[in-house]
Amino acid sequence: MAILSILVFAGLAFGLGLLRAPSGRRTALLVLSAASVYLLQPATPLRYAGFWFPTLSIILTVLVGLIVRPREAPWRQAFAAAGMLAAVVVAVGLLHFLLPPGWLASLRPPAWGALVAAIAVPALAVALLRGRPESARWLAAIVVLLLVGIFVVLKSESLSVGVSSAWRQLSGQSTDLASPIDLTWLGFSYLAFRLLHVLLDWRAGRLPALGLGEMATYALFFPALSAGPIDRAERFVEDLRRAPAITPDDAREAGRRILLGLVKKFVVADSLAMIVLQPLGAERVTAGGWLWMMLYAFSFQLYFDFSGYTDVAIGTARLVGIRLPENFRRPYLQPNLTAFWNSWHMTLTDWFRAYVFNPLIRYLRSRPRPWPAPAAIFVGQLGLMVLIGLWHGISWSFVIWGAWHGLGLFIQNRWSAWTRTVGSRISSQPWAAPLLGAGGVLLTFHFVTLGWVWFTLPDPAQAAQVLGRLFGG
Amino acid sequence: MVEPGTPGTKRSWGDLARLAAKALLLAALINVAFVPMRSLDTFGSISLYNRIVPGRLRLPYGDDPARSYNVSVTNLEALFASHELDVPSPSDDDLQALVVGDSSVWGFRLSASDTLAAQLNRLQLLSRESQIEFHNLGYPTMSLLKDLMILERGLAYQPDVIIWLVTLESFPVSRQAESPIVSLNRAESEALLIRFGIAPDRYLPAADSPSWWKTGVIGRRQELAELFRLQMYGLMWAASGVDHDLSTEFELRAEDLEADNTFQGFPRDGMQPDDLAWDLLASGVDAAAPVPVLIVNEPIFISAGANSEIRYNFFYPRWAYDAYREWLATECRDHGWVCVDLWEALPAATFTDSAVHYNARGAELLASRLSDPILAAADSSR
Repeated sequence: MAILSILVFAGLAFGLGLLRAPSGRRTALLVLSAASVYLLQPATPLRYAGFWFPTLSIILTVLVGLIVRPREAPWRQAFAAAGMLAAVVVAVGLLHFLLPPGWLASLRPPAWGALVAAIAVPALAVALLRGRPESARWLAAIVVLLLVGIFVVLKSESLSVGVSSAWRQLSGQSTDLASPIDLTWLGFSYLAFRLLHVLLDWRAGRLPALGLGEMATYALFFPALSAGPIDRAERFVEDLRRAPAITPDDAREAGRRILLGLVKKFVVADSLAMIVLQPLGAERVTAGGWLWMMLYAFSFQLYFDFSGYTDVAIGTARLVGIRLPENFRRPYLQPNLTAFWNSWHMTLTDWFRAYVFNPLIRYLRSRPRPWPAPAAIFVGQLGLMVLIGLWHGISWSFVIWGAWHGLGLFIQNRWSAWTRTVGSRISSQPWAAPLLGAGGVLLTFHFVTLGWVWFTLPDPAQAAQVLGRLFGG
Repeated sequence: MVEPGTPGTKRSWGDLARLAAKALLLAALINVAFVPMRSLDTFGSISLYNRIVPGRLRLPYGDDPARSYNVSVTNLEALFASHELDVPSPSDDDLQALVVGDSSVWGFRLSASDTLAAQLNRLQLLSRESQIEFHNLGYPTMSLLKDLMILERGLAYQPDVIIWLVTLESFPVSRQAESPIVSLNRAESEALLIRFGIAPDRYLPAADSPSWWKTGVIGRRQELAELFRLQMYGLMWAASGVDHDLSTEFELRAEDLEADNTFQGFPRDGMQPDDLAWDLLASGVDAAAPVPVLIVNEPIFISAGANSEIRYNFFYPRWAYDAYREWLATECRDHGWVCVDLWEALPAATFTDSAVHYNARGAELLASRLSDPILAAADSSR
């Protein structure tokens, strides 16, 4: 996101925060969040994709909202929220014709027939759920499969190209130009995480009662749309329901966070981006020492870029009375790998822990012949980290990066268990604690940083070669 | 850290408005303080090059900074501060030679170690037992005024000989200000022209003085960012030795040409000597004196394709280029300049994406053709 977009959205958030009537603020927040899905969507060469991707985000959100809405709740509220979302879709369609040429060019809505069909999908769901409320369960299963399916397509280069080719064929474009970047769907990853969390908790009976409007505001919340953090619905809605108008202290803290985020992203991260490790640079560099510089630069660039965006999201959310969870807590100063993953992209790790790691460990340990704890932890940590790797993209590099961390976590887990008694005796010495602390921080930082080699270089052979060169090979 | 909202820390909207006003005032003051600094020379001279990272072998210029680890800056201080010529303690034993010219001298589509200056260094030319060290001061725009500005700056490094490669495309009066080095350093170029008794309006179009807004930090943020980027890319230059991206495909110079007889808007035989910037060439030679300047009419691609009877190449119709060569010879003779005409020195196969850009083999051939004239010029400097 460009600085100007960030400042415009922060200004809009500030305006919303000043609204005295809570219901008016909530309504405006829903409308702005839905509109931001379109406004933030980057242009893509695929015809109509700039309109369809945001529209599909809204359709999926409405479907999930309809599925999880309490059966006893009156339909009136759901219709009001759905009506507002439909109005945003139609308004975007109309705006394209009203604005001067070039404005919101990426949106380019399709013909009216397709637009009506898009609105008809949730309408059909409403009809189905009103007539047969029990159909919500299999409808939920379909949406889960759909979300995971879209996810797999977007993260897989070959599938992306296949879908892009098909889309191009349908819209009369050259299939020769099909490319994975055609399918740039802003915020889908984070939207999918939120929707899956809502559906899975609903199926498990853990989800509190959520109106469609609340659910849609949670899923499409504009400060966190493009880069998280991934809040939990029950926590978000608590803030949404009670959020008072913004106070001067909120505004000051929000301003501080946004400014901090802008400096992190646009000053520090963008400067480091010029010297980071990437495939071409790794090929050209002449000595291992420079590779270390580029690798350190990448490590810090990634942190400042991502945490900068998180600061902006948290600050902007604060302006409308929502306290988004923290995503980073000094990750490079953590004494071990477990602590690192408890402080790096925390909301993503929590999500995977809640919906992958914990259920898997429970399953393995509660079988008629339970797995031994170390084996279950090994499978759980390796599976968790490989899955997090695949979330970044379906490729061998990300699998290896995930395995690197999975194995690291397992080794650290076993080492901690083994040295618990020996370690406590040593660490009780006055000289030992700071030494062990600093050593742990350095070791963890370098383990993580070396792992980024697999992350940033898409060719595993090149990554292995770079790792060799870093150590004089 | 005190958590906002805890007792005793509550602020009012008035406090917040005062804080915002103070911040705005501070920003405005910084902006205003920047306005009198017409040039960013102070910033430009702050450099990692030749101190922390090696100086560049040619002036910074980059079409695609992320791939070429180079960025086009127009600040003359920064240009020279990043060049290997700016080394804090130069060797007194070697003779210093500056090679000035356009993109062919800079080495477009050549690595820094294959440019004309680099090929000349490979020849290890000796003049009276001192080795001649060649420095690439080419810059990829075609303008004699731009060359003159660079040459004049280069004199501060006390060269022993200057090799100035020129071609007709750099001569038209109307083209001189097209180089960003000239247009974005207007005060400097104007002062230079006045110093050599040339009316600035002959070469520089009238320009409005920049608005107050444009001269503040915000208005010049791009310029400042470029200076910063030049330093950052210095690290990548040091790490890789790359300062120009050669990995992309390019289109070969045109062999078949349009049946067009015009040159820079001049119809056939419509160009007169006064339409060309001979006075800038003379100013360069005068500025350098007593340092000898070897003027070289640089090689061009000579097409044998369609309409080659009308044009030599994409740049030049035959009539214009022939007239230029004749006038150049006359000027050299009349002023006593040391000139060498190498217009057809290179085979067609050595040219790459333009009628003046040659490959490494071309640079090598040209260097060998230049060695004798350079030695003669260097000997005359003693």
